[in-house]
Amino acid sequence: MRAAVIVFPGSNCDRDMVCALNLAGHEVISVWHKETELPKNIDLVAIPGGFSFGDYLRCGAIAAKSPIFKEVLKHIERGGYALGVCNGFQILTEAGVLPGILQQNIKTKFISKAVDLRVLNTTSIFTHRYVHEEPISIPIAHHEGNYFASSDDLKKLKDGDRIAFKYIDNPNGALEDIAGILSENHRVLGMMPHPERHTENVHGCQDGYPFFEGLFQSN
Amino acid sequence: MKARVTIMLKDGVLDPQGEAIKQALTSLEYNNVNSVRQGKVIDLELNESSEEAAIDSIQEMCEKLLANTVIENYEIKLL
Repeated sequence: MRAAVIVFPGSNCDRDMVCALNLAGHEVISVWHKETELPKNIDLVAIPGGFSFGDYLRCGAIAAKSPIFKEVLKHIERGGYALGVCNGFQILTEAGVLPGILQQNIKTKFISKAVDLRVLNTTSIFTHRYVHEEPISIPIAHHEGNYFASSDDLKKLKDGDRIAFKYIDNPNGALEDIAGILSENHRVLGMMPHPERHTENVHGCQDGYPFFEGLFQSN
Repeated sequence: MKARVTIMLKDGVLDPQGEAIKQALTSLEYNNVNSVRQGKVIDLELNESSEEAAIDSIQEMCEKLLANTVIENYEIKLL
C-alpha cells in the first residue's frame, strides 16, 4: 500500500506510524498539515497520535480544519482508507468522519499503559488478521479517550458491525468499553490505543503487527 | 463589535472536570455545592456593523469550530 502520514504541529507519534507501516512493507510519505494536496495514488491516510495544536479548544478540533484536511476528506469521500490513532481518532470525530466524541477520561488522569482489547470486527482491512473476540495487548496514552456517542449513533455502530475494538477492562469510562470504531463503509478506523507501539520485537509485544501487515489485502 | 460565546456541556453529559472541582470545594468544606459544570468563554472582536450579520456569522463559527454540538451547547451575546 501507499500511505500518507499527516503531520501537525504537536504530532508526536507520526514517526512511529511511519516505522510500523514501513515494517509491514508499505511505502510511506509524511505530509505536513499546510500542504494543500496529498501525494498521488495514496491508498491510506494515517493520522497519528500526539497533541496537535496543543489540544487547544478541543482535542483535534483545529487539526480537523487544517488545509490538508480538505484533501483528506476528499480521499475518504472517494472511498479511500484512513486510520486515526489516538489524537488521530479525535481529529476524525471532530471532522465529522466518525460519530461521537472523545471526552476527558472519567478519572481526569492521563493514562499510559498497555491494555487488553477484544477484537470485535474481523472483516475490515485493519482487523481481518485477528480472530473474533481475540484479546490483544495494545498501549494507550491519553487524557481524552472516554468515547461518547448519542444512542442513535451507538445503535448504528452496533447494527453496522462498526465497533472494531473494545477494552476488556475499561480504563477511561468509554461508552460500552469502546476503544475503536469504523466508518459506515468500514474503510475508516479511529481508535484510541496505539497499534504502532506493539509491532516490533523490541516493544516486548507484537500484537499490533497483524494490523499493519493485513493492510496489504483489501476486502 | 464585540461578542461573547459561552460554551457549556449539554445536560446529561458527564463533566469529569466539574466533578473534580466539586470534590475540591467539598474538601474546602463548602458542603452547600450540589453540582459544578465547567465551560468555556470565548470573546470575539468582529469587523461587522450589523448585529444580525454578526450573530449569523458567530453562529456559523460555533457550528463549524467553536463548539462540538454532539456534547456542547453555545450561547452568543453581543457586548
